[in-house]
Order: sequence, then C-alpha cells, then structure tokens
Amino acid sequence: MEKNITAPISKEEARMLHAGDYVYISGTIYTARDAAHKRMQETLQAGGKLPFDIEREMIYYMGPSPAREGRPIGSAGPTTAGRMDKYAPQLLDLGLGAMIGKGKRTKEVQDAVVRNSAVYFAAVGGAGALLSKCIMGSEVIAYDDLGTEAIRKLTVEKFPVIVVIDCEGNNLYETAILEYRKNV
Amino acid sequence: MLRTINVDEITKNIKEMCIEANHFLSPDMKSALEKARKEEVSPLGGQILAQLEENLQIAADAMIPICQDTGMAVIFLEIGQDVHFEGGFLEDAVNEGVRQGYVEGYLRKSVVGDPLIRENTKDNTPAILHTKIVKGNKVKIKVAPKGFGSENMSRVFMLKPAQGIEGVKEAVLAAVEDAGPNACPPMVVGVGIGGTFEKCALMAKEALTREVGRHSEIPYVKKLEEELLEKINGLGIGPGGLGGTTTALAVNIDTYPTHIAGLPVGVNICCHVNRHVVRWI
Repeated sequence: MEKNITAPISKEEARMLHAGDYVYISGTIYTARDAAHKRMQETLQAGGKLPFDIEREMIYYMGPSPAREGRPIGSAGPTTAGRMDKYAPQLLDLGLGAMIGKGKRTKEVQDAVVRNSAVYFAAVGGAGALLSKCIMGSEVIAYDDLGTEAIRKLTVEKFPVIVVIDCEGNNLYETAILEYRKNV
Repeated sequence: MLRTINVDEITKNIKEMCIEANHFLSPDMKSALEKARKEEVSPLGGQILAQLEENLQIAADAMIPICQDTGMAVIFLEIGQDVHFEGGFLEDAVNEGVRQGYVEGYLRKSVVGDPLIRENTKDNTPAILHTKIVKGNKVKIKVAPKGFGSENMSRVFMLKPAQGIEGVKEAVLAAVEDAGPNACPPMVVGVGIGGTFEKCALMAKEALTREVGRHSEIPYVKKLEEELLEKINGLGIGPGGLGGTTTALAVNIDTYPTHIAGLPVGVNICCHVNRHVVRWI
C-alpha cells in the first residue's frame, strides 16, 4: 500500500504503518551513522544532552558524498543499519520515532521498535543518486569534524522507503523471502 | 623491448578511472540489471530493479555517484617485466591518483588511517594495491572501488578436502544467505577456490572484476557457477532483500592449485554497484 507521511512521526501515525507499505516521507529528518552514534552514546553516558531533540524524529543512517555546486547534497543512499544496533534501543527509548537504513536488525532493536511504537524503514541500497533528488536541503548541525559522518538536518520531499519492521513486530525481511524461496 | 613510463601517467589514469567507475557502471552490469528487471517475478522486486536503472541514469546525467559509498579504491596493476618506471615511486603515484580522483571528483572519503584509532584520512588514501609482474612491456590498470556494505558480508572458509564440491556449495550459499539484505542485492558473488588463506580471498576479489555473463573456461567450474547462481536465486532474498527471484546477477569462480591438506574457499560479495574499469598503457 502506498502512503504519504510527514516527519517527525507521531505514535498514532506509526501505528498506521504496516510491514510492506511503500511510504513517501516529506519533512525534516536527521542523518547519523557509526561515529555520530558512538559520540551520542558517549554524550549520554557523561550526562550530556543529544545535539538535537529526538522526540519522534527520524534518523537516516547515511553518510553522503560531497555536494557539487548548486546541489544540496551528493549521493545519499542508506548504509547498513545493523552497525547501529548497539545504540538504537537506547535512542528509541529516549523518543526516536523512526530509523531509515537497510539490512537486518537484532531482536533488541525490534523489541524497542514495538515498545515505543516506532518504525524501521528501508530505503533502496545503492540508489544514492536517485535518493539525493528527494533531498531539498542539508545542513550540518553537529560533529562537523566527522566529515561525511557529521549529523545533518535534511529537508526531504517524497523520499521513498518501505516499512520493514512495524510497531506490531512484523518483519518484512523475514516474511517476504518465504514467498519466493525454492527448496535448494 | 624495454619501455619507460613516467609514473605521472599512472596518476592521471587512476584519477580518471576512480571518477569514471563511480559514475558509469560497465555495460555488462547494466545489461544484467535490465535482464533481471524483465525476469523478476516479485512486483516490489521489479520496482526496485527499475529504480536501480533510473539511479544509473541520474548518476551519469547529473554526475552524482551511483552510490554514496564510493568505496575503498582497490587497484590491480599488471606490470610487464620490460617496463621501467621513472619520475617517482610507483605506489606514491597510485595513491596520488586516488587522492586527486576522490577530492576533485566529489567522491566520498571513506578511509580511516588506523583501524582502531579511526581518524579519516580525508582523501580516501591509501589504496589497496595488488601488483603482478607479467610478460611484455605494457601496464594493465584495473580500478575497482569496493563498498563495505557487501565487503562486510564476505567470508573465508578453510574447508577439509573431504568436504569437496558439496562443501564449497554449502559455504557459498551460507555466505549469501547470511548477507541477505545487508549486501544490497542483487549481488555479484566472487569465489576463489584453492590456493592458501590469502590467495583464495584475492581470487574472490579479482573474480568480481570479470565481466558478468562470461563464465570460467574450465567446464566443471562453469557448471558450478551456473548451478550456484540458480541456487542463490532460489533463496528468495530478492532485490533489496525484500523478496524475489533476483538475488544475484552472477557467480564468478576462479581456482588455483592448493595443498594436499586443504580446501580454502573465499567468498567476496559485491552489491549491484559492481564497479570495475580497465585500461592498458
């Protein structure tokens, strides 16, 4: 089913989404990948505050290539989400509304998605040029020294994603392949 | 006949090749994707494959890298033994080419200088350089930027000789199944069988640069490539790992003599952005 939603995402909106839905996201999302997550966790451990209010916001696991003149961003596809599994449950418990990435997640992340009425979306891996066309604005808001791994605030328009883990705990990666699996 | 080549020529070519590889996918990969789109059974899978083709078009037209992970620059140099280099140290010239390509070509700098301290080198150097001395007085340069979504899912298996060809099949299928959606399917699977621990991994890597659709010249290896491709596509993983009949576009296998006690198998997985550019100088 095709749906249009606006980021950030409320719990009510998240509950309307189901694994397998094709969703277009418009609004504001934030990028963070390995190094930014490590630094956010260290900040929290030291009793500090996160560099942005994550309440029902969406984090896009992505580190772009540099922008050419006149473009807000370079190539901008998802990175493998599993590397952020160590950090994601804590951020979800602190209010994170959605994650956009690609690839499998641990049971701990899946449980945290359900517990917090959140959602895990996949964007198409390796379609960074196509996805960059849906990004209208990009601004580094924290950890500038991390280069491509800095935290960016992105303005997106009809950014295409697919619901992989919904807040009932359905997981599209586990169910979709069964339909096409042959005995090997 | 002895031939002198200035290393500046190496730098210039590698710079251009890094930029080319990251914006223009080779024709063999493009036609493999087109064929897959036409044959994919899953509607969502077909839609994803169509997006990947559109992505290639946008990348080439707008000069936006095909994927934001513009990779670590893996470079194979086959150097004729009658070549003499002048003008500097060859390895420095290679790294200078990577530096210029990634900085001037708006490519992402994805290399950290130390694996544990992890500070970005900010110019994507150093390259991973493999050199081989061959006959003649030419230099073959192969540039294959490698993304790490798929690299992370690659494996080396030290099988026992008794496990034989069935053991090899199980190992390859296990690696692909484990990779699943993480490796950005449809994948290209490079396999190296035989040699030593490092030799099988290197063969697997270089097998990825073989044209998709061209099989091994050894009859039983060709048969193994075809059988494994069919089995992999029966796993159901599909485009983006979201279900379908296209999980891999090709399985390329290279073999090498090995020790009486061993059967090493390297499986290097590449995503659908399987980049490789070749030039002769």
